Amino acid sequence: MNFSGIKKAVILSGILLMTACTSGPKPLYNWQAYQPNVYDYFQTDASSTDEQIHALEVNIQEATAKSTAVPPGMHAHLGLLYAKAGRQGQAKEQFGIEKQLFPESASFMDFLLTQNKGALK
Amino acid sequence: MNRFAGIFALLMALVMTGCATPKSYDYTAYKQSRPKSILVLPPQNHSPDVKATYSMLSQVTFPLAESGYYVFPVAVVDETFRQNGLTEPADIHAVAPAKLRQIFGADAALYIDIKDYGTSYMVLSSNTVVTADAKLVDLKTGQLLWSGTATASSGEQDTSSSSLVGMMVQAVVNQIAHTITDKGHEIAGITSVRLLSAGHPNGILFGPKSPAYGKD
Repeated sequence: MNFSGIKKAVILSGILLMTACTSGPKPLYNWQAYQPNVYDYFQTDASSTDEQIHALEVNIQEATAKSTAVPPGMHAHLGLLYAKAGRQGQAKEQFGIEKQLFPESASFMDFLLTQNKGALK
Repeated sequence: MNRFAGIFALLMALVMTGCATPKSYDYTAYKQSRPKSILVLPPQNHSPDVKATYSMLSQVTFPLAESGYYVFPVAVVDETFRQNGLTEPADIHAVAPAKLRQIFGADAALYIDIKDYGTSYMVLSSNTVVTADAKLVDLKTGQLLWSGTATASSGEQDTSSSSLVGMMVQAVVNQIAHTITDKGHEIAGITSVRLLSAGHPNGILFGPKSPAYGKD
């Protein structure tokens, strides 16, 4: 038994210990505006609907430029803001994008697009 | 060479047990259901602070989506309930799972109860605490898949750590830091990450959009 053998074992185990627990720190989505935006939406004295729309549009443009994904629900939320601002066509477009990116949302987006016409004013 | 083998074996044992999570929670129903999408209902607030429900609701998407789930747009969902005359979280929590599934097409619903939300002022310092419970329910069967509780406090020592949850806590604090100075909201974000992040003992499992899906 020599010293370098122990040293090798310690170093190898140390590396294993350090790498074993890290599970991909890279986030799945580009989170900037979505959650603060949702919080603002629920407050009466926060930013205006137009400001909230602008923040999300900027976030989406930036995510596209960086080829990162936007979080689930963000396009639908932008659709809600467009609907509130009376921009129905753009609202529907966003619900369609949400459905396309996340098929899990299909029934709800269809509900918003068809059965519930004008419900989100 | 025997001693080398002995030391290596001992260190390997450390490596193997270092990350092992004591799984006392029974995940049988969860693993059978394997939900892909989660509908978060507006949390019921049992604290005196009226801001608690929406402060919490606006921060649940991050940990759940990063854990690999499709999370329904919380504000659009809330608005849909409102359009149908449901404005109180207690009434929304009472809607039948089958009805929720019919409208939203979600695999599972998350029911959150806020136990504590607020700041207690003391002579020398103040302390903001947010505590919440959550239940994940299969909307096809109405079966409970998981339940958990978490708390966070402004009085804690530095929460930075190299764990995944630690990094996510930092990320959520950074999201808020440049937007508003609202201590309750900040602490609610940390509570939300602790409550709803996969990858720690007795927590939710990773969802299908996560690279770690099926490995827990």
